[in-house]
Amino acid sequence: MRLRANEYPKESARVIREEPHVRESVTGATLNFDAKRRAAYAEVDSEQWRHFAEAVKNHVLMNLEHYLEQAEAALERSGVRVHWAEDAEAAQRIVAALVREKGVKRAVKAKTMLSEELDINPLLESLGVKVLETDLGEYIIQLLEQPPSHIVGPAIHLNLEQIRRLFHERFGTPLDAAPDALAAAARKLLRQGFLEADLGISGANFVVAETGTLVLIENEGNIRLSTSTPRLHVALVGIEKLLPRFSDLSVFLSLTARAATGQRLGTYVSLIQGPRRPDETDGPEEVHVVFVDNGRSSVLADDEAWETLRCVRCAACLNACPVYRQTGGHAYGYVYSGPIGAVLSPGLVGLENTKPLPYASSLCGACFQACPVRIPIPKLLLTWRHRAVEEGLTPRFERTALKGYALAMTQPWAYRLASKALRLLPKKALDNTVVPVLKAWVEGRAGLQPSPRSFRELWEEGID
Amino acid sequence: MKVALFVTCLVDQFYAEAGVAAVRLLRSLGCTVAFPPAQTCCGQPAYNAGYWSEARQMAEHTLGVFEDADYVVLPSGSCTTMLRAFYPELYRDNPKMFARVSSLSSRSYELAEFIVRVLGITRLGQGLAGQRIAYHHGCHALRELGIKDEPIALLRGAGAEIVDWPAATECCGFGGLFSVKLPEVSLGMADRKLSTLPEIDVLTSADGGCLLHLSGRIQKRGLPLPVKPLAAVLWEATQNRKEDPHAA
Repeated sequence: MRLRANEYPKESARVIREEPHVRESVTGATLNFDAKRRAAYAEVDSEQWRHFAEAVKNHVLMNLEHYLEQAEAALERSGVRVHWAEDAEAAQRIVAALVREKGVKRAVKAKTMLSEELDINPLLESLGVKVLETDLGEYIIQLLEQPPSHIVGPAIHLNLEQIRRLFHERFGTPLDAAPDALAAAARKLLRQGFLEADLGISGANFVVAETGTLVLIENEGNIRLSTSTPRLHVALVGIEKLLPRFSDLSVFLSLTARAATGQRLGTYVSLIQGPRRPDETDGPEEVHVVFVDNGRSSVLADDEAWETLRCVRCAACLNACPVYRQTGGHAYGYVYSGPIGAVLSPGLVGLENTKPLPYASSLCGACFQACPVRIPIPKLLLTWRHRAVEEGLTPRFERTALKGYALAMTQPWAYRLASKALRLLPKKALDNTVVPVLKAWVEGRAGLQPSPRSFRELWEEGID
Repeated sequence: MKVALFVTCLVDQFYAEAGVAAVRLLRSLGCTVAFPPAQTCCGQPAYNAGYWSEARQMAEHTLGVFEDADYVVLPSGSCTTMLRAFYPELYRDNPKMFARVSSLSSRSYELAEFIVRVLGITRLGQGLAGQRIAYHHGCHALRELGIKDEPIALLRGAGAEIVDWPAATECCGFGGLFSVKLPEVSLGMADRKLSTLPEIDVLTSADGGCLLHLSGRIQKRGLPLPVKPLAAVLWEATQNRKEDPHAA
């Protein structure tokens, strides 16, 4: 996916101005998800669950090499072939080799953000493989040739009318078709796709190191079909996705579903333990797991940003975020959007390529409260901002202004002088649109109106 | 009780009357109020923008101004958060300074929090009887410090009806420099928040920044919504004591 994160300020403004329906759709959908998440958290001792999940993930990350080796051995015992990809190119080479070796013509895909990160769809198409996204939302945006705008609801930036029009044009469904009818039309087409495919590509929510179990959570059933119908199943898995013990799933399955959609459990939970056995009738002939690094090791070595690797991709932080609600995910210009994208992306692809993202937040803290693994997103946003300053990535005028500000604020006489000056300025000066900062303020708000006299003047005169 | 008022730069410059109200309120509750004149800004704008060495300069200045105070009271949730949560964060790697700012942290309170938690008062009077008030929870006070019930208790205690506002705890979109770095997003957030307001007499908040932003937006859009800082509303609460049927 082309990295356009540095265009966030312009792009977010453009979406708000030119595509008001995006804000409407995203606001409605995320408020709904967030309300359900709150209700689902309230049913259990979610604070204790969150602390547990945080501790388990921290333990995995602190002992990652050990668990990766354990997972590899356990997966291979179950007959799964394990591959290692240092970066996107390596992952693409592994997938391309399998496609050629196995003569793959058609692929079905279960929803996976990692495949977006690795550009698997363009790769498959370049190899002449017909690719079908089988998650309904992913399928819709595949038809529109768009990337996902949300980790769990990839098409939440679209409204029903847009989807009706799209299906009408493509499949001839009526313009007033009910959502069920639209889903039925897609299902018919997707069903055919499952039967014809020789490759199923998925991600994984978790891989249990102890047992070598691939764990996938979903609501539509398409993941189970994608991973069991074609003769070949390839799972792309970030190296941070491990859980130590099978018993850890009891909390992680429910907590993830609660965080993502407010459900107690996903409608379908698949626990995949290798390819079809000789005495079994269903399942793929071969299962391959590609463990992908692609920047994760360097994030793990970062003494602040490593905490982002706890992420389980539930999108609870996106749903809770009033900033994300304004634009949806595309404006962020990278696979991972919203609060987690703003702190994860700089670690994965470099701060210089994602400069505006840590500023795409009012630091309200709603993301941290929602996060099932307690990633300190507000703190990490500040860390990245601080690094931008340290690395000289902030504008020169801003650096100068902040230096001057700090100087004035540590000299009481300078503060007094500034306070006097603020009152001597003609009113127009504060309403003007010449100074960039004031311009940005007054374009949407009334001009600043200082109190006629400052508090300190009133104090010095005496308060009765 | 001796209290040092950290009026904060925004109240000093833009809500001076709220600062006066805070003084009157604290005095009426039996406090002796001092205003250390060397105080300026807590440094939060620099901290939030990532300029931590500048933020430390301001933190050290503020520490010097308030280090001897028994209690520091601020009519601002966000600036209280700066002292309480972010000063220690700024000195994570400096044990000596960490100890000094932590000590200041433990003595610093947002105004409503101070009245309820330290003075142990929830009934100021009946000056708000019958008023429908919307309370905007500033994000920092709410989520960093957990101040949620205190301002509500004081307003309700004075007879106000706190209206049911679905977005009361949602960010208003101010966010300091965020409001000018990403103005469209910031304004969109304000509009969304305001659009969920029921009918009210007053919109109030402990945070000057949020109020500047919200009232600026309200004025620009010509909405008929009166906005008042919490300190001013709480002072109003103490008036008309005689009408309080429960007063001793």
